[in-house]
Amino acid sequence: MELTGAEITIRCLADEGVEFVFGYPGGAVLNIYDEIFKQDRFKHVLVRHEQAAVHAADGYARSTGKVGVALVTSGPGLTNAVTGIATAYMDSIPMVVISGQVPTGAIGMDAFQEVDAVGITRPCVKHNFLVKDIKDLAETIKKAFYIAATGRPGPVLVDIPKDITGQSFAYLYPDTVSMRSYNPVVKGHTGQIKKAAQMLFEAKRPMIYSGGGVVLGNASKQLVELTRMLGFPCTNTLMGLGAYPATDKQFVGMLGMHGTYEANMAMQHCDVLLAVGARFDDRVIGSPDHFAREARRIVHIDIDPSSISKRVKVDVPIVGDVAAVLDELIKLIKASKERRDEAALAAWWSQIEDWRSRDCLKFDRKSSIIKPQYVVEKLWEVTKGDAYVTTDVGQHQMWAAQFYKFDEPRRWVTSGGLGTMGFGLPAAMGVQLAHPHKDVACITGESSIQMCIQELSTCRQYHIPVKVVNLNNRYMGMVRQWQEFFYGNRYAESYMDSLPDFVKLAEAYGHVGMKIEKPEDVEPALREAFALKDRLVFMDFITDQTENVFPMVPGGAGITEMILAEDL
Amino acid sequence: MRHIISILMENEAGALSRVAGLFSARGYNIESLTVAPTEDVTLSRMTIVTRGSEDVIEQIVKQLNKLIDVVKILDLSDGSHIERELMLVKVRAFGKDREEMKRMADIFRGRIIDVTEKTYTIELTGPGTKLDAFIEAIDPVAILETVRTGASGIGRGERILKV
Repeated sequence: MELTGAEITIRCLADEGVEFVFGYPGGAVLNIYDEIFKQDRFKHVLVRHEQAAVHAADGYARSTGKVGVALVTSGPGLTNAVTGIATAYMDSIPMVVISGQVPTGAIGMDAFQEVDAVGITRPCVKHNFLVKDIKDLAETIKKAFYIAATGRPGPVLVDIPKDITGQSFAYLYPDTVSMRSYNPVVKGHTGQIKKAAQMLFEAKRPMIYSGGGVVLGNASKQLVELTRMLGFPCTNTLMGLGAYPATDKQFVGMLGMHGTYEANMAMQHCDVLLAVGARFDDRVIGSPDHFAREARRIVHIDIDPSSISKRVKVDVPIVGDVAAVLDELIKLIKASKERRDEAALAAWWSQIEDWRSRDCLKFDRKSSIIKPQYVVEKLWEVTKGDAYVTTDVGQHQMWAAQFYKFDEPRRWVTSGGLGTMGFGLPAAMGVQLAHPHKDVACITGESSIQMCIQELSTCRQYHIPVKVVNLNNRYMGMVRQWQEFFYGNRYAESYMDSLPDFVKLAEAYGHVGMKIEKPEDVEPALREAFALKDRLVFMDFITDQTENVFPMVPGGAGITEMILAEDL
Repeated sequence: MRHIISILMENEAGALSRVAGLFSARGYNIESLTVAPTEDVTLSRMTIVTRGSEDVIEQIVKQLNKLIDVVKILDLSDGSHIERELMLVKVRAFGKDREEMKRMADIFRGRIIDVTEKTYTIELTGPGTKLDAFIEAIDPVAILETVRTGASGIGRGERILKV
């Protein structure tokens, strides 16, 4: 039996096991939407802006490990989606975005709502397709899911012209797909893994540095097993938070620009570094030249060969799936007769404890104004550390990373690579829909939240009971912080004037709003909000305007060149 | 250092722009780029001449490998290889220069493939350096037009790039 292109598209998604499609209709996708109307195998979630559709699919993907799906129309639908696609690309999130396109005959004619979708998205997708023949449609969609989810994951765009969705062809969704040009490596090189094991045994000042790849590769269990077995200190990048439990004593905190003193010092002064699913990016190691001043040997495990020796030269590169490589490494270490250097390790830990005793995250707990760190700390307590937390971008994001102690992977959902303001609320929708019985908090600021605030309407429509924790300091806090440190306190355009009354705004959208102005009200407000299981609660915390994020490594400096709160 | 990289890729629309886009997005330079289908029409072979430090070249090869349409890559400069480029030069050729131009073409083993009363069009094949040498050797005023294909390359002997 023949199906139309629109039917084929819908059947492919359903047969792929898609649960949610986040989207927004428009002319070029009307055939597809008509088929969505007639089916009930997956749920369509109507957002209020295409950027949010992609972020919601992204939140769904990050919190479940499954491929997120967004559907947008041609032209402005696609261009609105680009920010979301680039966000997913930078953080390697598996996602399939389907976009409508003008009919094939109109392509290149500057038709209404026409843009070159594959051209515009090329630099920010793992791959993209323009479907020019209905015969290729089902296989293309299968390939899109396969490419998105395997290897180093990423977003894949499938651009479908309107006439293709109207034509008919026999439907066959392939079970598997093989591509001669795409064969991701899984197993690591055994010789290299042996070398890595040997190097770890020889370490006097070892350090384990793990990133988002451990979360994406579902290798948290292996990371924890290896780290505990070796007794080494472990740090996570912003993207890797939760991969190693933050409440564990071997965890030295996040590293990088706003990492802990102990994590950055240990990173710089270790003699053997095991990097797992991390990429030594500029926010993590600061200046590569400064980092290279101390001699250390580096083992680097990553699925993407291009991440290896990109910014930092490594001694033992291992390309492969992190879980598979760590499994093999663990087996080798268990079987080995070699022993770690206990005395050296004890001395190293005593050095680390000394660094840790600087208590670099301390803040004024007696303040009569609400400290943003305090709100995050209380949020962690009230949710028993078990919430899913999404964020926007800026100071609140860093405080969330520093003060919410994630003990499990996939609980922390943040735009690390692209740093997209407006990500938090729509991402939280995707997370909450995937985990309807879990607490989901969106930690945000008054500037970021306004970049996708229209999604409060979507939350109303689908009864998505996200808890919005707005750290309202009336400033684009991180911009203000840089202006204070590096631009002589000239706060150019970083003050947020004429803010809405967020309580009334939340109520106008049909939600519960709360304004919290005193430190003693923080915890009761959080408890009250999280007790309202089926309601979205918007908590507007009026926080200290002058609070800064510490420690801070200035852009381009070395990671140990930190500004600490006590220095000022 | 100068590297000559051969790429076998799916002969799909947009494949060329993926490579070109990668080079511009990551700030790699392209000295020349040629592409055409192979004996297997589903595959295109591209030859890129680029310059960069060893680190940059390593990244270029890795990033190219990451492109989904790329099937295989060989950095020809890693081993012994042959490199050829084709140039067509239209030169002024009249009076006493006409004989001189013919002689220069012969010396460089070029062929005159089009003749008018006042011009010759010379076809010249060889490594890029030979084509450069020819340009240097003739009177610059006589050159009316040049067109070069950019380098193509192939490994020597058993060094084969094939699927």
